[in-house]
Amino acid sequence: MSEREPKKTIKEISPIDVYKLLPKTNCKECGEANCMAFATKVVNGELAVDNCPPVTKEEYRVNLIKLEDLMAPAVRTVIVGTGERAMKLGGKYVLYRHEFTYQNPTPIAIDISDDLSETERDARIRAIADFSYNYIGRELRLDALAIRSTQHDPAAFSAAVTAVAAQTDLPLILCTYDAAIMAAGLAHIRERRPLLYAATKDNWKDMAELALRYTCPLVVSAPHDIALLRSLVRTLVAYGVKDLVLDPGTAVEPGLSGTIHAFSQIRRAVFSGGDELLGYPLLGTPITAWLSPEISHELIQWKEACAASMLLSRYADLLILHSLEGWVLLPQLIWRFNLYTDPRKPVSVDTGVRVFGNPKKDAPVLITTNYALTYFTVESDIKSAGIDCFLIVIDTGGNSVESAVAGRYLNAESIAAALKDTGIADRVNYRYLIIPGLAARLSGETEEASGWHVLVGPKDSSGIPAFLKAHWPPKKW
Amino acid sequence: MQDKNPGEGKIMPDAVRIHEALPRLLAMISGKERIELENFSMEIGDLELWIPTGTATAPSGSSAAIYQKPTALIPETFFPLEEDFVGRIHEVRLGETASGGGTRGKVLTIGGSDYPPFVSADHPAPHAPIFALDVFDMEVPLPKVLMENVKDVVSDPAEWARMNVKKYNADMITVHLMSTDPLIRDASPEAAARTVEEVLQAVDVPLIIGGCGDPRKDAQVFCKVAEVADGERLLLNSVTLGMTETKTLDVVARAAKKYNHAVLGFTGLELNKAKELNRRLYEYLPPEDIVMDLTTVALGYGLEYSFTIHERARHAALMGDTELQQPTISASTNAWAAREAWMKMDKKYGSRGLRGPLWETINALTLLLAGVDIFMMMHPAAIRTCKDMIQTFSEKDAPVPDGIARWATMKI
Repeated sequence: MSEREPKKTIKEISPIDVYKLLPKTNCKECGEANCMAFATKVVNGELAVDNCPPVTKEEYRVNLIKLEDLMAPAVRTVIVGTGERAMKLGGKYVLYRHEFTYQNPTPIAIDISDDLSETERDARIRAIADFSYNYIGRELRLDALAIRSTQHDPAAFSAAVTAVAAQTDLPLILCTYDAAIMAAGLAHIRERRPLLYAATKDNWKDMAELALRYTCPLVVSAPHDIALLRSLVRTLVAYGVKDLVLDPGTAVEPGLSGTIHAFSQIRRAVFSGGDELLGYPLLGTPITAWLSPEISHELIQWKEACAASMLLSRYADLLILHSLEGWVLLPQLIWRFNLYTDPRKPVSVDTGVRVFGNPKKDAPVLITTNYALTYFTVESDIKSAGIDCFLIVIDTGGNSVESAVAGRYLNAESIAAALKDTGIADRVNYRYLIIPGLAARLSGETEEASGWHVLVGPKDSSGIPAFLKAHWPPKKW
Repeated sequence: MQDKNPGEGKIMPDAVRIHEALPRLLAMISGKERIELENFSMEIGDLELWIPTGTATAPSGSSAAIYQKPTALIPETFFPLEEDFVGRIHEVRLGETASGGGTRGKVLTIGGSDYPPFVSADHPAPHAPIFALDVFDMEVPLPKVLMENVKDVVSDPAEWARMNVKKYNADMITVHLMSTDPLIRDASPEAAARTVEEVLQAVDVPLIIGGCGDPRKDAQVFCKVAEVADGERLLLNSVTLGMTETKTLDVVARAAKKYNHAVLGFTGLELNKAKELNRRLYEYLPPEDIVMDLTTVALGYGLEYSFTIHERARHAALMGDTELQQPTISASTNAWAAREAWMKMDKKYGSRGLRGPLWETINALTLLLAGVDIFMMMHPAAIRTCKDMIQTFSEKDAPVPDGIARWATMKI
């Protein structure tokens, strides 16, 4: 390996580097206009090299290997599960989000122990599989189940694994330190490619044999001991196990600070120090909060939630939680969604008139800001309520309503100018404008500056449907 | 036509009022008491909480080439990476004691970091982040869950400040001079200065002075406040690039210099603007007098922009960008702008009484990891959690708990 050229980082790879290794036939089978366009999307992380159908053929085998090597992330990608529901762990190119879009949003797994009654177990499976939240038009969901052997009984574990597998196609994580119990669970779901938790300094050989026999990814666990973690990785790789996930141990209280330090040091060793042995996905287990002798469930859940959110920000590529409470999960799902968006995505959207449904001459006109998150929230609320209306997006310098009003980006003059510039007066036959509730203090000035009547709308766009029902059309037309 | 308190977003109070539940929530957070919060609810009067602050490749072939499987662990070592950074965040002193010409009980110093935040116990930040609690100089619409904590003092900024310090351990107080807004009450700079004097007399912690966001009016108010609080090392919140257009930036900066105060430069999620504002300020003030507000957006409403801009700014500063080496501040109270923090939702999404404070907590913890030096917050449970977290990070040789591996097989 010493004679290899130093590997290029994701920012050093140019589309030309990829293009040179493609078939260069511009066949468009990938759906792109030509090979160069495809190469550009690969470099931007929008497409993978194997999205090029020809390059996966035998004649391009060498090219594909070179391409995959070129594009290989410093933190390897490990796939758990199969088919549509398979989840990708890791695949990280950078330490900081501002360098390059984070890839493969951290899957969140919820545990299910093998000591639950059938009724409890089935209810929990359903709750996990059905949990969802609509956030700016996206369904945010949980991703996997971690089945834990708490009875130290191969038969009990096997029964639980079989039952869970029969009821959900979500990816599975099997949790036991006993290889015999693991084997009992694995036997029934060999084709599901579950993640095996975990190989330790005591059982690594037996777990490695299972991982090889069933071609399953394997977690390497060495709590508070990164040297041992490296030792296990090196040994397991030499043993032939390629798909590894690292568990440096998650302590919630006390010890979360040490956990955050460990996750950070591992990732910095990979990206700044070129440490290949640590270049694998990281598992965080906020579920360890439940080891606490604390009797208040709410307190344990509170701490589990804080630990989970911090580990999302600090490089966890997979999380296992116990809490199924919405107040715990909602911030995690939303923060994960946000963290894995493209950081180059502008803060603002285009200004101008947006038309929803089929607004007639008597349809309401609303205004909002051009801050992306404000706009998408308002858009999502209008769409989900099926409202026919005009929405004028005003240039507020990418500020939300509150800050735009406070910072004078949104004022009577800018509203009046937007009404004029958009020519909205020609599209409706009345002069009533609905402004955000958070801009209420601008209403008087706006009426003077624009000549339109102003209706102060709700402070949160979730209230738009109810507001229109109560106030539209206006009484004095 | 203008409805000052429209019913939208109002939530009916439940049996357990937040002010009754709060001490128990705090006790719960501090591990003292078990509490059932199923009926816990809050009313949100108004969400206008915006605080105008202004290589690796696979070890290929190694196993394929050597068919001999290892029979014992191959030893390895690990030494945490020691990285070199040429930059350092400036230290800013806030508040001044009698010996320095002020009347504060102590001086708080922020900044001084020379390593990325919370990466290693060997590189602790020289000064722990601090917490400023809000006080408003007029009745402002607050979410019920926050209002219930302060309703007895809400019409008296001095009393409010005293409670924040005594009851909630505020390191600093932010006095928001909302009444000076020409679009609200247009209170005079003299009246604002009197409010500040009252708060200075009520508490001995350093103060942050919040303006109304109008560049001309804020300049008048800040100049008057700076004068009456001569020598107190206030943090004037905030100065903006908008003040260059109204030609008031230099006026405020000179007043800060003359009367020994610090300024907070506010920019909206744009690093180049933050650099530009700092450049302008350096013409009048030393870096030791400047704090940056890069904008804090609520979780779900763009926290990722705030997180990434703080990470970028801190990284650039440590790498040597001399225009970004200022400590930073976060108005994490802004978390309450998110509907998920306050809205009544299907019961599977849980009690608002926990969801809201957790929202503020996670907002702050996220920016804590990005290196923020001062947090402006409101909910006592959120502040308590963040302070406890910082405490655990400051214990260099904290014992690591044994047996965490038991999570995989424990019964819950």
